[in-house]
Amino acid sequence: MVSVDDGVAVVDFWGVKKVVRLDVVDVPVAPGDYVLNHVGFAIRRIPAEEIGDTLALYDELLRSSDGDLLAGDVRAELDAAEDHDR
Amino acid sequence: MRDLRFLRPVDERITLKYGAGGRAMRALIEQIFADGFGEPEGGGVGLAAMDDGAVLRIGDRWLVITTDSHVVRPRFFPGGDIGRLAVAGTVNDLAMMGATEPLALTCAAIIEEGFARDELARIWASIRQTCLEAGTTVVTGDTKVMGRGELDGLVLNTTGVAITDRFVRDNGLRPGDRLLVTGTVGDHGLAVMATRNELALEVELVSDVAPINGLVRAALAAGGDGVVVMKDPTRGGLASALAEIAGKSGVGLVIDERAVPVKDAVRAAGELLGIDPLLVANEGKAVIGVRAEVADAVLEAVRRHPLGRDAALCGVCIAERAGAVVLETGFGRRLLGEAEGELQPRIC
Amino acid sequence: MNDLDALRFRDPVRAHALAEALAHHVRRAGRAPDEPVAVMHVCGSHEQAIARFGLRASFPAGLEVIMGPGCPVCVTDVPEVDEAVALARQGVRIATYGDMLRVPGTAQSLADARAAGAKVDVVYSVTQAVELARRLDEELVFFASGFETTAVATAAVVLAGPPVNFSILSAHKYIPPVMEIVAEMPGTRIEGFLAAGHAATITGWGVFEPFVARHGVPVVVAGFEPLDVLAGLVRLVELIASREVRVDNAYPRCVDKDGNREAQAVLWQVFAPIGGRWRGIAHVPNGNLRLRDEHARWDARRRFTIDLATLWDHAPSALVQHCQCGDIMAGIASPHDCTLFGKACTPDAPVGACMVSTEGTCRIWHQYGGQPDLRTIRGGARS
Repeated sequence: MVSVDDGVAVVDFWGVKKVVRLDVVDVPVAPGDYVLNHVGFAIRRIPAEEIGDTLALYDELLRSSDGDLLAGDVRAELDAAEDHDR
Repeated sequence: MRDLRFLRPVDERITLKYGAGGRAMRALIEQIFADGFGEPEGGGVGLAAMDDGAVLRIGDRWLVITTDSHVVRPRFFPGGDIGRLAVAGTVNDLAMMGATEPLALTCAAIIEEGFARDELARIWASIRQTCLEAGTTVVTGDTKVMGRGELDGLVLNTTGVAITDRFVRDNGLRPGDRLLVTGTVGDHGLAVMATRNELALEVELVSDVAPINGLVRAALAAGGDGVVVMKDPTRGGLASALAEIAGKSGVGLVIDERAVPVKDAVRAAGELLGIDPLLVANEGKAVIGVRAEVADAVLEAVRRHPLGRDAALCGVCIAERAGAVVLETGFGRRLLGEAEGELQPRIC
Repeated sequence: MNDLDALRFRDPVRAHALAEALAHHVRRAGRAPDEPVAVMHVCGSHEQAIARFGLRASFPAGLEVIMGPGCPVCVTDVPEVDEAVALARQGVRIATYGDMLRVPGTAQSLADARAAGAKVDVVYSVTQAVELARRLDEELVFFASGFETTAVATAAVVLAGPPVNFSILSAHKYIPPVMEIVAEMPGTRIEGFLAAGHAATITGWGVFEPFVARHGVPVVVAGFEPLDVLAGLVRLVELIASREVRVDNAYPRCVDKDGNREAQAVLWQVFAPIGGRWRGIAHVPNGNLRLRDEHARWDARRRFTIDLATLWDHAPSALVQHCQCGDIMAGIASPHDCTLFGKACTPDAPVGACMVSTEGTCRIWHQYGGQPDLRTIRGGARS
């Protein structure tokens, strides 16, 4: 979200700017927030930390009762990619 | 043989889908326009082949001829205008047949009453400039003015002619051949779409409209007889071009989606509108099918050309699944379907 | 690394790992080869993601993912289209989402009506329809389709006070009731549901708890990126294999238990659920959304006399009788079971609604190749 003005926000979607309405988003939003857009309306603010939480949940799915389903090399690749992200 | 039980009653009226470059349009051409016109004498390519142009024998050489009508809204868009589109479209259709040296073009204009003279002058300046880039000229034309409201501003029709020693069709692929795309796809279609105010998008997208006969000349010089198929992915986009060459050649194509060059902004605009960049028009690109042994040489030659810097090898021909285009997405595989009817942004 | 590759919900490495996990849980369910684990998603956007990213080629044998009645355009019933077409033929200007244009009515679609001279505009949002009405000197009817997520936008526009020449022909639908219908269908093999993340963003995942208690099948809420869909399926099959019956939220970055209360308030302030037919499915109690009496002035059905008799001089297409959209949306048949599919019924000449919408099962199968087995192909693009 780039700017907020009178119930309307400009959001940046990988370089494409689009206007979305804020009539029904349930918490205050501010520039820098992520929002979920549906037919031109923001329907939820997505806190940045929840993106990491979702990924953690998915990785948790890979560690089932039978042990780690990720092959060692894949686990290593993921860890390396995360190091790279930082 | 078509199963008669499943033939639909033909639409009584021509709707917009018949102009969208997909199956409906091909059916209309087959059923009405090409009906009764056979192959040209002395070999060559006629209307029934539904290639980018026609080829007629002139002694031991070939005359290539093609024609296009152009309407675009808006007439001036980021990266080009209707005049540049008309010249590039015609020059590129000739080039796709292997005729990279256009002798000349004709340009006819149908103008709506009240059209601004100044705008017409600007469009013709663009036509001259684009002809210069392509190394050709306009030698004759025609002018009609119609009443206000009888057409939307301006329609241009351009015809191009060229002579060549060897022509390239769109059906020459065999298993093992490679496919090369000469640059990023989706630029023109999404740039024009993003200019529509009602989409409320703000984005720096630029059409790729350009004559690419020079680039094709370089590809042919590098690949010689190893260049077996060329197609410009205009209306219907890369997907339609691939489906057409797969179908006409009787091979399957496996395309690596991650190898197909797409600009980030184009991808993003496509995501927002629910429109796949592989389904929208390009006006300065070609898909080139080459024998495997010349693939690297052609790629290198194309990449050396200023309009081919983003070129990439993105696919291979297989004997299985003739006529189908299989897309490897990185997550799995799917068949790449053609755009059908008008492209409409999705609800969500 | 560019921006889009950094989009971590499209990480192929994790996707492949999740596909492995999915296969593991399917094996754990221990089924005979002819009795696959059958799950249903009820969202066109899930099908879109599955198709577009080629996920079916990565699903294990022994898992059947069925698309349910999740396409709002497809379930718009013939009489609703007829109302819009009749209004258009009466000379009233209609604005609607592009998908709705080609939905077949009894005699005509809105696209047919437009080709015959009616005033039909395609809009990309209800906001745009309102702006169009403000610029015009004539009545404009917004033919509104979509599930609760989209209906929220329509409701917000009503509360914001549209111009007097604007009104709404609602074909909005509400998803939870139709899940009951599908779960109770005789002969159903569905062992679990993948619920739509966007709709649940509004309603909250709690809305599915009574459903799970009544029908004894698990529900998992999932998002729309490749990893979201795969993770949702992993969770769902895991629940099925361990015979756990509950609601699970696999889309926590957008969905919580209570949902967006403000959006719910806006939705229910403007719309009331009433029973209505969904194309090809059944009469769905509380499945349609109708404008409440307080907002009757914006309701096109109450503003205009819609004369359906003008339509009856056109005979309905005989092909419609062979259309299997209903069974396909109910998950009982697949497009390949339909004799019209890909032959008499194609995206440029659709017979049934499933072929019309970009979210329709038949359209998606036609566009993306349906479910041909692409797991084995010799040679590849990278060699």
